[in-house]
Amino acid sequence: MLRIVLERRAEPSLVMSILSPLLAVCLTLAASAVLFLALGKDPLKAMHAYFVAPLIDPWSLQELIVKATPLVMIGVGLSFCYLSNNWNIGAEGQYVMGGIFGGWAALLFHQSGSPLGVPAVMAMGAAGGMLLALVPAVLKVRLGTNEILTSLMLVYIAELLLDYLVRGPWRDPRALNFPQSVTFDVGIPILVEGSRIHVGAALAVVAAIGGFLVLRGTLKGFEVRVLGQAPRAAAFAGFSPARTTLLVFALSGALAGLAGALEVVGTMNQLRPTISPGYGFAAIIVAFLGRLNPIGVIVAGLLLALSYLGGENAQIMMKIPLNATRVLQGLLLFFVLACDLLILYRIRIRPWSRAGQG
Amino acid sequence: MRREFLRTIAAAAMVAGAMSLAGGEATAQQKMKVGFIYVGPVGDFGWSYQHDEGRKAVVAKYGDRVETTFVESVSEGPDAERVIEQLARSGHKLIFTTSFGFMEPTLKVAQRFPNVWFEHATGFKRAPNLATYDARFYEGRYIIGQIAAKMSKGGTIGYIGSFPIPEVVAGINAFMLGAQSVRPDMKIKVVWVNSWYDPGKEADAAKALISQGADVLSQHTDSAAAMQVAQERGVLAFGQASDMIKFGPKAQLTSIIDDWAPYYVERVGLALEGKWATGAVWDGLDKGKVKMAPYTNMPDDVRAMAQATEAAIKAKTLHAFKCPIVKQDGATVECKGNGHLSDEQIASMNFYIKGIDEKIPN
Repeated sequence: MLRIVLERRAEPSLVMSILSPLLAVCLTLAASAVLFLALGKDPLKAMHAYFVAPLIDPWSLQELIVKATPLVMIGVGLSFCYLSNNWNIGAEGQYVMGGIFGGWAALLFHQSGSPLGVPAVMAMGAAGGMLLALVPAVLKVRLGTNEILTSLMLVYIAELLLDYLVRGPWRDPRALNFPQSVTFDVGIPILVEGSRIHVGAALAVVAAIGGFLVLRGTLKGFEVRVLGQAPRAAAFAGFSPARTTLLVFALSGALAGLAGALEVVGTMNQLRPTISPGYGFAAIIVAFLGRLNPIGVIVAGLLLALSYLGGENAQIMMKIPLNATRVLQGLLLFFVLACDLLILYRIRIRPWSRAGQG
Repeated sequence: MRREFLRTIAAAAMVAGAMSLAGGEATAQQKMKVGFIYVGPVGDFGWSYQHDEGRKAVVAKYGDRVETTFVESVSEGPDAERVIEQLARSGHKLIFTTSFGFMEPTLKVAQRFPNVWFEHATGFKRAPNLATYDARFYEGRYIIGQIAAKMSKGGTIGYIGSFPIPEVVAGINAFMLGAQSVRPDMKIKVVWVNSWYDPGKEADAAKALISQGADVLSQHTDSAAAMQVAQERGVLAFGQASDMIKFGPKAQLTSIIDDWAPYYVERVGLALEGKWATGAVWDGLDKGKVKMAPYTNMPDDVRAMAQATEAAIKAKTLHAFKCPIVKQDGATVECKGNGHLSDEQIASMNFYIKGIDEKIPN
């Protein structure tokens, strides 16, 4: 008899840290092939619809960037939080609050033609997200509350505030009582003519590169990482966990808020009761899929965006139900996390022995 | 030699490519592609489900002449525009967007694709290639108001509202106008759940209304939760969107059923003949877009009254918003229709009629 055991590696494997995401993608593809066969669909055609078709059409490539922009922007901020052991789960609320503040700025500058409209939208959006994110941060620092709960609960508060505003004070008087604001005339600059790619896409890349440089090359970045990996060592080094908590929450809140403001004013051009298809929650997946590395977050954001676009494509071209896409996304995350095990552990096959198990 | 070989391969590939392209064109010409976008899952047994039943009717009617596609659970946020555009780009000639929140994205995509026809449910923005359609659900609400007034012992109706948008407000008013036509002192209590589909909240609202003394429940939300509560607590209720008799065999009086099938069949037929044109179609009981489930759990005289009212509305001898309509504050509404409120007045209704002691939330 043989048994399979996991053995901890002395050092994390460099080879595996490169191979594991590839292995995860291969396993996802294999598992999805089985899924498509079970649904009675041609797996090759389905894979094409999911993973290839969105990448060879210029329009869907543009839309891929549009979809990935908020995911990357939020994911970069969350990486800082999670690296330093600050569990900000409320990016969705910070995104919505950014949308509210950005929309507010757009309303203030409506029909003014002022060149200050765009910077005001971005600054207000970032400020709105930051303010909401600082609530759980301050509560954690001052009262020791659990930031997972407080940041999550604030999501619902932000959503209900948005709901109140678009049904009440900010409702377009000509919209026959329907819940929506006026169509903004503050236009976020578009990067690619004829597409929906706005300046946020460039800002997301700047945020990721900036984040990478800060984490790798500055004392503050070192502090963030040490606080996460070795809090006691950080204390001996004189790093303040409280200051870092406030800083990373403010940073991730600002990035989520900026993403929200740009989506509302740049992509949707108005406030409606629903302004997010769950970007703030999906960005948590993006942050971990990108291994909390801002450059990795770009790749992960594009990959997750591809799975959404591919899923729509599969519904349209192949009549594959949406739930199959959800299963596929779940499989991808599952395999990524499972394969990561191989970085720290190796699999050994040993003869079965009655004694000395475990 | 080698180059020759490569050239042959390349030529063959090009021919094959051209042939497959031509093949694609040919089938596209034979089959018209029709797309549907749903806000919820097709299995919600409410709004999206009824629209998908309509899509199936199109397939059943036209068979090989059409190819239908649907995309379900499309968020009303920034994603909607992409999904609608993807349908337009993938050769769909006629696209139905079936939720109010898709209005702006549908309009934007319609402007970019002048050769594709769009239809948006429940909206008010139109274009040469963008039509709107809706159903006169309020006609059914007038009938159930009359039934409620006859069946209620305590004289108080519980009403579960979704969102205070004109369609829902007009529904409440039509319901009360029906009720007052039978019993002028009827009272109504409204609870807003701020959702179209939230079985938990709908059930809580139903329980709250019953404990406040309501003995007949009406709803403008999509799940059968309130019906189940009514069945358990031994009160009466009206279903919504689909026939909910199996959830409340002893509770359901009738249900206002949405039936989009005849409309979709008609519009796809027009598109197939190339006769599609924009417009705003708003019909109800007369065209079968609104249907009443069988009248159950009521005495014969009440059933006869309901059937007579239904027939009168169908024959257009009775209008739910027949003038004069008096607002809560006692002011009479200007009568802009022919003896009744105009469609525009109904579609933008933001006031309660006299006799309702509630306030419309902002």
